[in-house]
Amino acid sequence: MNITRREALLIGAGGAVMLALPSIAQAKGLTEEAIASFTGGAPIAEGGVDLNTPEIAENGNTVPVEVSAEGATAILLLADGNPTPGVATFHFGPLAGSSSASTRIRLSKTQNVVAIAKMADGSFAKATREVKVTIGGCGG
Amino acid sequence: MAKIKPRVKVPSKAEAGEVITIKTLISHPMESGQRKDKSGNPIPRKIINKFVASFNGQEVISADLAPAVSSNPYFQFEAKVPEAGEFLFQWTDDDGSVYEAKKKIKIG
Amino acid sequence: MFKASQKLAIAALALGALVSAPAAWADEEADLIINGEKMDIRVEAPEGHPLDEILSGWIFRTDETQALETDDFDNPSFIFVEQAQEAWSTVEGEAGKSCESCHGDVAESMKGVRAAMPKYNEQAKDLWSLENYINSCRTERMQAKPWKWAKADMDAMVALIGLQSRGMPMSVKVDGPAAEYFKKGEEIYYTRFGQLELSCANCHEDNYGNMIRADHLSQGQINGFPTYRLKNTKLNSIHARFKGCIRDTRAETFSPGSEEFRALELYVAWRGQGLSIETPSVRQ
Repeated sequence: MNITRREALLIGAGGAVMLALPSIAQAKGLTEEAIASFTGGAPIAEGGVDLNTPEIAENGNTVPVEVSAEGATAILLLADGNPTPGVATFHFGPLAGSSSASTRIRLSKTQNVVAIAKMADGSFAKATREVKVTIGGCGG
Repeated sequence: MAKIKPRVKVPSKAEAGEVITIKTLISHPMESGQRKDKSGNPIPRKIINKFVASFNGQEVISADLAPAVSSNPYFQFEAKVPEAGEFLFQWTDDDGSVYEAKKKIKIG
Repeated sequence: MFKASQKLAIAALALGALVSAPAAWADEEADLIINGEKMDIRVEAPEGHPLDEILSGWIFRTDETQALETDDFDNPSFIFVEQAQEAWSTVEGEAGKSCESCHGDVAESMKGVRAAMPKYNEQAKDLWSLENYINSCRTERMQAKPWKWAKADMDAMVALIGLQSRGMPMSVKVDGPAAEYFKKGEEIYYTRFGQLELSCANCHEDNYGNMIRADHLSQGQINGFPTYRLKNTKLNSIHARFKGCIRDTRAETFSPGSEEFRALELYVAWRGQGLSIETPSVRQ
Protein backbone atom coordinates (compact mmCIF):
# COMPACT_ATOMS: atom_id res chain seq x y z
CA MET A 1 0.00 0.00 0.00
CA ASN A 2 1.47 3.31 -1.07
CA ILE A 3 0.73 6.35 1.01
CA THR A 4 1.55 9.63 -0.65
CA ARG A 5 3.07 12.44 1.33
CA ARG A 6 -0.16 14.41 1.10
CA GLU A 7 -2.17 11.49 2.47
CA ALA A 8 0.30 11.04 5.28
CA LEU A 9 -0.12 14.68 6.21
CA LEU A 10 -3.88 14.34 6.24
CA ILE A 11 -3.76 11.16 8.26
CA GLY A 12 -1.48 12.67 10.89
CA ALA A 13 -3.68 14.70 13.22
CA GLY A 14 -0.74 16.97 14.00
CA GLY A 15 -0.35 17.75 10.34
CA ALA A 16 -4.01 18.60 9.99
CA VAL A 17 -3.89 21.00 12.93
CA MET A 18 -0.80 22.70 11.56
CA LEU A 19 -2.49 23.18 8.22
CA ALA A 20 -5.65 24.53 9.76
CA LEU A 21 -4.15 26.99 12.24
CA PRO A 22 -3.20 29.93 10.01
CA SER A 23 -6.58 30.00 8.25
CA ILE A 24 -8.51 29.94 11.55
CA ALA A 25 -6.41 32.78 12.89
CA GLN A 26 -7.05 34.76 9.74
CA ALA A 27 -10.80 34.12 9.80
CA LYS A 28 -11.01 35.05 13.48
CA GLY A 29 -9.36 38.38 12.68
CA LEU A 30 -11.79 38.99 9.86
CA THR A 31 -14.69 38.11 12.16
CA GLU A 32 -13.55 40.65 14.74
CA GLU A 33 -13.21 43.27 12.01
CA ALA A 34 -16.72 42.54 10.73
CA ILE A 35 -18.14 42.81 14.26
CA ALA A 36 -16.27 46.07 14.90
CA SER A 37 -17.54 47.65 11.71
CA PHE A 38 -21.12 46.67 12.67
CA THR A 39 -20.92 47.89 16.27
CA GLY A 40 -18.47 50.75 15.82
CA GLY A 41 -16.52 49.21 18.70
CA ALA A 42 -19.36 49.52 21.22
CA PRO A 43 -19.51 46.91 24.03
CA ILE A 44 -21.52 43.76 23.32
CA ALA A 45 -23.68 42.02 25.92
CA GLU A 46 -24.15 38.26 26.01
CA GLY A 47 -27.79 37.13 26.04
CA GLY A 48 -30.93 38.54 24.49
CA VAL A 49 -30.24 36.85 21.18
CA ASP A 50 -31.70 33.45 20.28
CA LEU A 51 -29.60 31.63 17.73
CA ASN A 52 -30.83 28.25 16.58
CA THR A 53 -28.51 26.03 14.60
CA PRO A 54 -28.16 22.27 14.28
CA GLU A 55 -25.47 20.73 16.50
CA ILE A 56 -24.40 18.61 13.56
CA ALA A 57 -24.91 19.68 9.97
CA GLU A 58 -25.17 16.70 7.65
CA ASN A 59 -23.86 18.82 4.85
CA GLY A 60 -22.17 22.18 5.23
CA ASN A 61 -23.68 23.38 1.96
CA THR A 62 -27.14 23.89 3.43
CA VAL A 63 -27.34 24.56 7.15
CA PRO A 64 -30.61 25.94 8.54
CA VAL A 65 -30.16 28.90 10.87
CA GLU A 66 -32.80 30.79 12.83
CA VAL A 67 -32.09 34.01 14.72
CA SER A 68 -34.25 36.32 16.80
CA ALA A 69 -33.63 39.17 19.24
CA GLU A 70 -36.59 40.99 20.70
CA GLY A 71 -36.33 44.71 20.06
CA ALA A 72 -33.47 44.44 17.56
CA THR A 73 -33.41 46.75 14.55
CA ALA A 74 -30.72 44.74 12.79
CA ILE A 75 -28.94 41.40 13.20
CA LEU A 76 -25.52 40.56 11.77
CA LEU A 77 -24.86 36.89 11.09
CA LEU A 78 -21.28 35.63 10.76
CA ALA A 79 -19.51 32.30 10.29
CA ASP A 80 -16.04 32.53 11.79
CA GLY A 81 -14.46 29.56 10.01
CA ASN A 82 -15.45 30.36 6.42
CA PRO A 83 -12.92 31.94 4.02
CA THR A 84 -14.80 35.19 4.64
CA PRO A 85 -17.01 35.41 7.74
CA GLY A 86 -19.93 37.44 6.33
CA VAL A 87 -23.26 35.63 5.96
CA ALA A 88 -26.11 38.15 6.13
CA THR A 89 -27.30 41.31 7.82
CA PHE A 90 -31.03 41.54 8.45
CA HIS A 91 -32.68 44.94 8.91
CA PHE A 92 -36.14 45.00 10.43
CA GLY A 93 -38.51 47.64 9.03
CA PRO A 94 -41.62 49.26 10.53
CA LEU A 95 -43.81 46.35 9.38
CA ALA A 96 -41.60 43.54 10.68
CA GLY A 97 -43.77 41.24 12.81
CA SER A 98 -40.78 40.36 14.98
CA SER A 99 -37.02 40.80 14.93
CA SER A 100 -36.43 37.30 13.65
CA ALA A 101 -35.38 35.54 10.45
CA SER A 102 -34.50 32.07 9.23
CA THR A 103 -32.26 31.16 6.34
CA ARG A 104 -29.94 28.40 5.09
CA ILE A 105 -26.20 28.95 5.03
CA ARG A 106 -22.88 27.45 3.92
CA LEU A 107 -20.28 26.38 6.45
CA SER A 108 -16.96 25.20 5.06
CA LYS A 109 -16.08 23.22 8.22
CA THR A 110 -16.91 22.91 11.92
CA GLN A 111 -17.03 26.45 13.30
CA ASN A 112 -18.97 29.07 15.24
CA VAL A 113 -21.98 30.89 13.90
CA VAL A 114 -22.18 34.32 15.53
CA ALA A 115 -25.20 36.62 15.69
CA ILE A 116 -24.87 40.25 16.81
CA ALA A 117 -28.09 42.18 17.38
CA LYS A 118 -28.32 45.94 17.28
CA MET A 119 -31.05 47.05 19.68
CA ALA A 120 -33.37 50.02 19.23
CA ASP A 121 -31.51 51.89 22.02
CA GLY A 122 -28.19 51.50 20.18
CA SER A 123 -26.81 48.72 22.43
CA PHE A 124 -25.54 45.39 21.10
CA ALA A 125 -26.01 41.78 22.12
CA LYS A 126 -24.46 38.57 20.92
CA ALA A 127 -24.98 34.81 20.67
CA THR A 128 -22.55 32.15 19.45
CA ARG A 129 -23.28 28.56 18.49
CA GLU A 130 -20.86 25.91 17.33
CA VAL A 131 -21.96 23.79 14.37
CA LYS A 132 -20.17 20.53 13.64
CA VAL A 133 -19.92 20.02 9.91
CA THR A 134 -19.53 16.41 8.86
CA ILE A 135 -16.98 15.84 6.14
CA GLY A 136 -15.82 12.60 4.67
CA GLY A 137 -18.97 10.62 4.03
CA CYS A 138 -20.17 9.38 0.69
CA GLY A 139 -19.65 11.98 -2.01
CA GLY A 140 -22.15 10.10 -4.16
CA MET B 1 -30.92 25.13 -14.95
CA ALA B 2 -30.38 28.80 -15.39
CA LYS B 3 -34.00 29.80 -14.85
CA ILE B 4 -34.22 32.10 -11.84
CA LYS B 5 -37.64 31.99 -10.30
CA PRO B 6 -38.92 33.23 -6.96
CA ARG B 7 -41.45 31.36 -4.82
CA VAL B 8 -43.26 33.02 -1.93
CA LYS B 9 -45.73 31.73 0.63
CA VAL B 10 -48.05 34.33 2.12
CA PRO B 11 -51.49 33.62 3.62
CA SER B 12 -54.29 34.94 1.41
CA LYS B 13 -55.94 36.80 4.29
CA ALA B 14 -55.29 38.06 7.82
CA GLU B 15 -56.93 40.08 10.58
CA ALA B 16 -56.04 43.77 10.63
CA GLY B 17 -52.85 44.15 12.69
CA GLU B 18 -52.12 40.39 12.65
CA VAL B 19 -48.56 39.09 12.51
CA ILE B 20 -48.12 36.51 9.75
CA THR B 21 -45.27 34.21 8.73
CA ILE B 22 -43.82 34.58 5.25
CA LYS B 23 -41.52 32.15 3.46
CA THR B 24 -39.53 32.95 0.33
CA LEU B 25 -37.25 30.92 -1.90
CA ILE B 26 -35.55 31.82 -5.16
CA SER B 27 -33.79 29.44 -7.52
CA HIS B 28 -30.29 30.85 -7.83
CA PRO B 29 -26.83 29.21 -7.83
CA MET B 30 -25.26 31.76 -5.40
CA GLU B 31 -21.92 31.26 -7.13
CA SER B 32 -19.50 32.12 -4.32
CA GLY B 33 -16.49 33.25 -6.32
CA GLN B 34 -14.42 30.71 -4.35
CA ARG B 35 -14.79 27.86 -6.83
CA LYS B 36 -12.71 26.98 -9.87
CA ASP B 37 -13.86 25.46 -13.15
CA LYS B 38 -12.42 22.29 -14.67
CA SER B 39 -9.49 24.13 -16.23
CA GLY B 40 -8.60 25.74 -12.91
CA ASN B 41 -9.92 29.23 -13.63
CA PRO B 42 -11.88 30.92 -10.85
CA ILE B 43 -15.65 31.01 -11.47
CA PRO B 44 -16.72 34.66 -11.01
CA ARG B 45 -18.94 35.47 -8.05
CA LYS B 46 -22.64 35.82 -8.89
CA ILE B 47 -24.95 35.95 -5.92
CA ILE B 48 -28.17 37.54 -4.77
CA ASN B 49 -26.65 40.34 -2.67
CA LYS B 50 -29.84 41.94 -1.38
CA PHE B 51 -33.36 40.88 -0.48
CA VAL B 52 -36.14 43.29 0.42
CA ALA B 53 -39.73 42.60 1.48
CA SER B 54 -42.19 45.47 1.74
CA PHE B 55 -45.93 45.95 2.13
CA ASN B 56 -47.81 48.84 0.55
CA GLY B 57 -44.48 50.67 0.19
CA GLN B 58 -43.34 50.17 3.81
CA GLU B 59 -40.39 47.95 4.61
CA VAL B 60 -40.87 44.64 6.43
CA ILE B 61 -37.34 43.24 6.27
CA SER B 62 -34.23 43.67 4.17
CA ALA B 63 -31.10 41.57 4.08
CA ASP B 64 -27.58 42.18 2.77
CA LEU B 65 -26.21 38.84 1.71
CA ALA B 66 -22.77 37.29 1.38
CA PRO B 67 -21.73 34.19 -0.60
CA ALA B 68 -22.21 32.11 2.57
CA VAL B 69 -25.96 32.04 1.94
CA SER B 70 -26.81 28.66 0.33
CA SER B 71 -27.89 28.20 -3.27
CA ASN B 72 -31.60 28.73 -3.77
CA PRO B 73 -31.72 31.29 -0.92
CA TYR B 74 -34.51 30.74 1.58
CA PHE B 75 -35.87 33.30 4.04
CA GLN B 76 -38.57 33.01 6.63
CA PHE B 77 -39.73 36.01 8.69
CA GLU B 78 -42.78 37.67 10.21
CA ALA B 79 -44.76 40.66 8.97
CA LYS B 80 -47.43 42.86 10.50
CA VAL B 81 -50.45 43.38 8.27
CA PRO B 82 -52.14 46.70 9.15
CA GLU B 83 -54.54 46.73 6.18
CA ALA B 84 -55.37 44.99 2.91
CA GLY B 85 -52.72 45.41 0.27
CA GLU B 86 -49.80 43.89 -1.53
CA PHE B 87 -46.45 42.47 -0.52
CA LEU B 88 -43.52 43.14 -2.83
CA PHE B 89 -40.43 40.93 -2.69
CA GLN B 90 -37.23 41.90 -4.52
CA TRP B 91 -34.00 40.00 -4.97
CA THR B 92 -31.01 41.91 -6.40
CA ASP B 93 -28.40 39.97 -8.35
CA ASP B 94 -24.69 40.86 -8.63
CA ASP B 95 -25.28 41.47 -12.36
CA GLY B 96 -27.82 44.17 -11.48
CA SER B 97 -30.95 42.16 -12.31
CA VAL B 98 -33.83 42.51 -9.88
CA TYR B 99 -36.24 39.60 -9.57
CA GLU B 100 -39.67 40.41 -8.16
CA ALA B 101 -42.67 38.64 -6.72
CA LYS B 102 -45.93 40.17 -5.48
CA LYS B 103 -48.64 38.76 -3.24
CA LYS B 104 -51.97 40.37 -2.35
CA ILE B 105 -53.53 39.87 1.06
CA LYS B 106 -57.11 40.50 2.17
CA ILE B 107 -58.39 41.53 5.58
CA GLY B 108 -61.09 39.53 7.35
CA MET C 1 -0.20 -7.76 -6.84
CA PHE C 2 -2.39 -9.39 -4.19
CA LYS C 3 -4.12 -12.73 -4.26
CA ALA C 4 -7.91 -12.54 -4.31
CA SER C 5 -8.18 -13.75 -0.71
CA GLN C 6 -5.75 -11.07 0.47
CA LYS C 7 -7.64 -8.40 -1.45
CA LEU C 8 -10.87 -9.51 0.17
CA ALA C 9 -9.32 -9.40 3.61
CA ILE C 10 -8.01 -5.90 2.96
CA ALA C 11 -11.42 -4.75 1.72
CA ALA C 12 -13.10 -6.18 4.79
CA LEU C 13 -10.56 -4.47 7.00
CA ALA C 14 -11.06 -1.18 5.16
CA LEU C 15 -14.81 -1.29 5.62
CA GLY C 16 -14.46 -2.38 9.23
CA ALA C 17 -12.31 0.66 9.91
CA LEU C 18 -14.73 2.95 8.09
CA VAL C 19 -17.96 1.79 9.67
CA SER C 20 -18.92 2.54 13.25
CA ALA C 21 -22.02 2.82 15.38
CA PRO C 22 -23.48 6.33 15.42
CA ALA C 23 -23.74 8.70 18.33
CA ALA C 24 -27.25 9.97 18.95
CA TRP C 25 -28.82 10.87 15.63
CA ALA C 26 -32.38 11.91 14.80
CA ASP C 27 -35.39 10.45 16.60
CA GLU C 28 -35.70 7.12 14.84
CA GLU C 29 -39.32 6.67 15.92
CA ALA C 30 -40.50 9.89 14.24
CA ASP C 31 -43.28 9.74 11.66
CA LEU C 32 -42.99 11.39 8.28
CA ILE C 33 -45.97 13.59 7.61
CA ILE C 34 -45.84 15.63 4.41
CA ASN C 35 -48.39 18.42 4.10
CA GLY C 36 -50.57 16.58 6.62
CA GLU C 37 -50.35 13.21 4.88
CA LYS C 38 -48.66 10.34 6.72
CA MET C 39 -46.12 8.33 4.74
CA ASP C 40 -45.35 4.64 5.28
CA ILE C 41 -41.66 4.75 6.09
CA ARG C 42 -41.39 1.46 8.04
CA VAL C 43 -42.76 -1.63 6.37
CA GLU C 44 -42.53 -5.23 7.50
CA ALA C 45 -40.60 -7.18 4.88
CA PRO C 46 -42.40 -10.02 3.08
CA GLU C 47 -41.27 -13.68 3.23
CA GLY C 48 -37.98 -14.20 1.45
CA HIS C 49 -36.95 -10.55 1.58
CA PRO C 50 -33.33 -9.95 2.56
CA LEU C 51 -34.33 -7.33 5.19
CA ASP C 52 -36.49 -7.75 8.30
CA GLU C 53 -37.91 -4.28 8.12
CA ILE C 54 -37.93 -1.96 5.12
CA LEU C 55 -36.97 1.56 6.12
CA SER C 56 -37.11 4.83 4.22
CA GLY C 57 -33.86 6.79 3.97
CA TRP C 58 -35.67 9.70 5.68
CA ILE C 59 -35.33 7.86 9.02
CA PHE C 60 -31.54 8.02 8.82
CA ARG C 61 -31.29 11.80 8.39
CA THR C 62 -30.89 14.46 11.06
CA ASP C 63 -33.88 16.35 12.48
CA GLU C 64 -33.06 19.40 10.38
CA THR C 65 -32.78 17.48 7.11
CA GLN C 66 -35.94 15.53 7.96
CA ALA C 67 -37.89 18.74 8.55
CA LEU C 68 -37.14 20.03 5.05
CA GLU C 69 -39.24 17.27 3.53
CA THR C 70 -42.35 17.79 5.63
CA ASP C 71 -43.54 20.93 3.86
CA ASP C 72 -43.62 21.48 0.12
CA PHE C 73 -42.55 25.07 0.48
CA ASP C 74 -39.55 24.26 2.66
CA ASN C 75 -38.59 21.47 0.26
CA PRO C 76 -36.41 23.11 -2.42
CA SER C 77 -37.26 20.31 -4.90
CA PHE C 78 -40.40 22.22 -5.68
CA ILE C 79 -38.43 24.88 -7.55
CA PHE C 80 -37.75 22.17 -10.10
CA VAL C 81 -41.20 20.61 -9.91
CA GLU C 82 -42.66 24.01 -10.82
CA GLN C 83 -40.27 24.28 -13.74
CA ALA C 84 -41.38 20.85 -14.94
CA GLN C 85 -45.02 21.88 -14.57
CA GLU C 86 -44.30 24.66 -17.09
CA ALA C 87 -42.46 22.24 -19.37
CA TRP C 88 -45.47 19.89 -19.18
CA SER C 89 -47.63 22.45 -20.99
CA THR C 90 -44.91 23.77 -23.32
CA VAL C 91 -45.20 22.76 -26.97
CA GLU C 92 -41.93 21.39 -28.31
CA GLY C 93 -40.91 19.49 -31.44
CA GLU C 94 -42.15 19.05 -35.01
CA ALA C 95 -45.51 17.57 -34.04
CA GLY C 96 -46.54 20.77 -32.25
CA LYS C 97 -47.44 18.97 -29.04
CA SER C 98 -46.75 19.30 -25.35
CA CYS C 99 -47.04 16.55 -22.72
CA GLU C 100 -50.39 18.09 -21.88
CA SER C 101 -51.70 17.72 -25.46
CA CYS C 102 -51.98 13.96 -24.96
CA HIS C 103 -51.93 13.50 -21.18
CA GLY C 104 -53.99 16.48 -19.96
CA ASP C 105 -53.69 17.26 -16.27
CA VAL C 106 -50.54 15.65 -14.89
CA ALA C 107 -52.22 15.17 -11.50
CA GLU C 108 -54.86 12.94 -13.12
CA SER C 109 -53.00 11.13 -15.88
CA MET C 110 -49.75 10.38 -14.05
CA LYS C 111 -51.22 9.23 -10.72
CA GLY C 112 -49.64 5.92 -9.73
CA VAL C 113 -47.23 5.78 -12.66
CA ARG C 114 -44.06 6.13 -10.57
CA ALA C 115 -45.07 3.37 -8.14
CA ALA C 116 -44.75 0.70 -10.83
CA MET C 117 -41.45 1.91 -12.32
CA PRO C 118 -39.35 0.51 -13.80
CA LYS C 119 -41.51 -1.95 -15.74
CA TYR C 120 -41.29 -4.28 -18.69
CA ASN C 121 -42.49 -2.66 -21.89
CA GLU C 122 -44.07 -5.27 -24.18
CA GLN C 123 -43.66 -3.22 -27.35
CA ALA C 124 -40.04 -2.30 -26.77
CA LYS C 125 -39.33 -5.76 -25.34
CA ASP C 126 -37.18 -4.11 -22.71
CA LEU C 127 -37.31 -2.90 -19.10
CA TRP C 128 -38.17 0.78 -19.11
CA SER C 129 -37.61 3.40 -16.43
CA LEU C 130 -39.74 6.53 -16.28
CA GLU C 131 -37.04 8.33 -18.27
CA ASN C 132 -37.48 5.88 -21.18
CA TYR C 133 -41.21 6.62 -21.27
CA ILE C 134 -40.61 10.38 -21.21
CA ASN C 135 -38.08 10.22 -24.02
CA SER C 136 -40.28 7.91 -26.05
CA CYS C 137 -43.07 10.51 -25.84
CA ARG C 138 -40.64 13.26 -26.76
CA THR C 139 -39.14 11.56 -29.81
CA GLU C 140 -42.16 9.61 -31.11
CA ARG C 141 -45.20 11.72 -30.30
CA MET C 142 -43.73 15.21 -29.99
CA GLN C 143 -40.92 14.68 -32.48
CA ALA C 144 -38.71 16.64 -30.13
CA LYS C 145 -35.16 15.92 -29.03
CA PRO C 146 -34.80 13.37 -26.26
CA TRP C 147 -33.58 14.62 -22.89
CA LYS C 148 -30.33 13.37 -21.42
CA TRP C 149 -30.66 11.08 -18.41
CA ALA C 150 -29.66 12.53 -15.04
CA LYS C 151 -29.78 16.11 -16.33
CA ALA C 152 -31.91 18.96 -15.01
CA ASP C 153 -34.85 18.90 -17.48
CA MET C 154 -35.27 15.15 -17.20
CA ASP C 155 -34.87 14.98 -13.43
CA ALA C 156 -37.44 17.75 -12.95
CA MET C 157 -40.01 15.98 -15.16
CA VAL C 158 -39.40 12.67 -13.38
CA ALA C 159 -39.96 14.52 -10.09
CA LEU C 160 -43.21 16.12 -11.30
CA ILE C 161 -44.55 12.77 -12.54
CA GLY C 162 -43.29 10.98 -9.42
CA LEU C 163 -45.00 13.50 -7.16
CA GLN C 164 -48.39 12.38 -8.52
CA SER C 165 -47.78 9.01 -6.82
CA ARG C 166 -46.65 10.46 -3.49
CA GLY C 167 -48.04 8.45 -0.59
CA MET C 168 -48.73 5.41 -2.79
CA PRO C 169 -46.80 2.20 -2.06
CA MET C 170 -43.85 1.14 -4.20
CA SER C 171 -45.13 -1.86 -6.16
CA VAL C 172 -42.98 -3.02 -9.03
CA LYS C 173 -43.65 -6.19 -10.97
CA VAL C 174 -40.70 -8.56 -10.91
CA ASP C 175 -42.14 -11.73 -12.43
CA GLY C 176 -42.82 -12.69 -16.05
CA PRO C 177 -40.55 -10.94 -18.54
CA ALA C 178 -39.20 -8.67 -15.75
CA ALA C 179 -37.71 -11.69 -13.93
CA GLU C 180 -34.47 -11.78 -15.90
CA TYR C 181 -33.85 -8.08 -15.22
CA PHE C 182 -34.62 -8.63 -11.55
CA LYS C 183 -32.06 -11.42 -11.43
CA LYS C 184 -29.47 -9.30 -13.17
CA GLY C 185 -30.16 -6.41 -10.80
CA GLU C 186 -29.81 -8.70 -7.80
CA GLU C 187 -26.49 -9.93 -9.12
CA ILE C 188 -25.19 -6.37 -9.48
CA TYR C 189 -26.42 -5.56 -5.97
CA TYR C 190 -24.28 -8.29 -4.45
CA THR C 191 -21.22 -7.81 -6.69
CA ARG C 192 -18.20 -6.14 -5.10
CA PHE C 193 -17.00 -3.28 -7.26
CA GLY C 194 -13.91 -1.12 -7.42
CA GLN C 195 -10.64 -0.88 -5.59
CA LEU C 196 -12.52 -0.84 -2.28
CA GLU C 197 -14.31 -4.05 -3.29
CA LEU C 198 -17.68 -2.99 -1.95
CA SER C 199 -21.07 -4.21 -3.05
CA CYS C 200 -24.32 -2.33 -2.52
CA ALA C 201 -25.12 -4.90 0.17
CA ASN C 202 -21.92 -4.27 2.18
CA CYS C 203 -23.18 -0.82 3.10
CA HIS C 204 -26.93 -0.87 2.62
CA GLU C 205 -27.80 -4.36 3.85
CA ASP C 206 -25.01 -5.27 6.29
CA ASN C 207 -24.37 -1.83 7.77
CA TYR C 208 -27.41 0.40 7.53
CA GLY C 209 -27.81 2.39 10.73
CA ASN C 210 -24.03 2.52 11.18
CA MET C 211 -21.77 5.41 10.27
CA ILE C 212 -19.47 5.21 7.27
CA ARG C 213 -17.08 7.88 8.42
CA ALA C 214 -19.41 10.89 8.72
CA ASP C 215 -22.41 9.47 6.85
CA HIS C 216 -25.28 7.65 8.51
CA LEU C 217 -25.89 4.67 6.23
CA SER C 218 -29.43 4.02 5.06
CA GLN C 219 -30.85 0.98 3.28
CA GLY C 220 -30.32 2.79 -0.01
CA GLN C 221 -34.04 2.85 -0.80
CA ILE C 222 -35.14 4.74 -3.91
CA ASN C 223 -38.74 5.60 -2.95
CA GLY C 224 -37.88 9.30 -2.59
CA PHE C 225 -36.10 9.86 -5.90
CA PRO C 226 -35.40 12.15 -7.57
CA THR C 227 -34.13 13.68 -4.36
CA TYR C 228 -32.89 17.19 -3.57
CA ARG C 229 -29.48 16.84 -1.96
CA LEU C 230 -28.11 19.48 0.38
CA LYS C 231 -24.70 18.59 -0.97
CA ASN C 232 -25.31 19.76 -4.56
CA THR C 233 -28.58 21.71 -4.10
CA LYS C 234 -30.34 20.11 -7.05
CA LEU C 235 -32.41 17.08 -7.92
CA ASN C 236 -30.51 13.80 -8.14
CA SER C 237 -31.84 10.89 -10.17
CA ILE C 238 -31.79 7.23 -9.13
CA HIS C 239 -29.17 6.34 -11.73
CA ALA C 240 -26.98 9.35 -10.86
CA ARG C 241 -26.97 8.14 -7.24
CA PHE C 242 -26.10 4.58 -8.30
CA LYS C 243 -23.26 6.03 -10.34
CA GLY C 244 -22.02 8.10 -7.38
CA CYS C 245 -22.12 5.09 -5.07
CA ILE C 246 -20.22 2.85 -7.45
CA ARG C 247 -17.72 5.61 -8.18
CA ASP C 248 -17.12 5.91 -4.43
CA THR C 249 -15.97 2.29 -4.44
CA ARG C 250 -13.31 3.53 -6.89
CA ALA C 251 -14.73 1.61 -9.81
CA GLU C 252 -15.58 2.38 -13.42
CA THR C 253 -19.33 2.84 -13.23
CA PHE C 254 -22.24 2.01 -15.51
CA SER C 255 -23.98 4.93 -17.21
CA PRO C 256 -27.35 6.41 -16.28
CA GLY C 257 -29.90 4.73 -18.55
CA SER C 258 -27.76 1.62 -19.10
CA GLU C 259 -29.35 -1.81 -19.00
CA GLU C 260 -27.33 -2.57 -15.85
CA PHE C 261 -28.71 0.43 -13.96
CA ARG C 262 -32.28 -0.18 -15.12
CA ALA C 263 -31.98 -3.77 -13.88
CA LEU C 264 -30.50 -2.54 -10.60
CA GLU C 265 -33.29 0.03 -10.32
CA LEU C 266 -35.89 -2.74 -10.61
CA TYR C 267 -34.17 -4.83 -7.97
CA VAL C 268 -33.69 -1.94 -5.55
CA ALA C 269 -37.29 -0.79 -6.12
CA TRP C 270 -38.39 -4.29 -5.09
CA ARG C 271 -36.30 -4.07 -1.92
CA GLY C 272 -38.47 -1.06 -1.03
CA GLN C 273 -41.86 -2.62 -1.90
CA GLY C 274 -44.55 -1.10 0.27
CA LEU C 275 -42.71 2.10 1.22
CA SER C 276 -44.63 5.24 0.34
CA ILE C 277 -43.38 7.16 -2.67
CA GLU C 278 -41.81 10.32 -1.18
CA THR C 279 -40.81 11.93 -4.48
CA PRO C 280 -39.32 14.50 -4.37
CA SER C 281 -37.50 13.89 -1.08
CA VAL C 282 -34.69 15.80 0.64
CA ARG C 283 -31.44 14.10 1.61
CA GLN C 284 -27.97 15.18 2.75
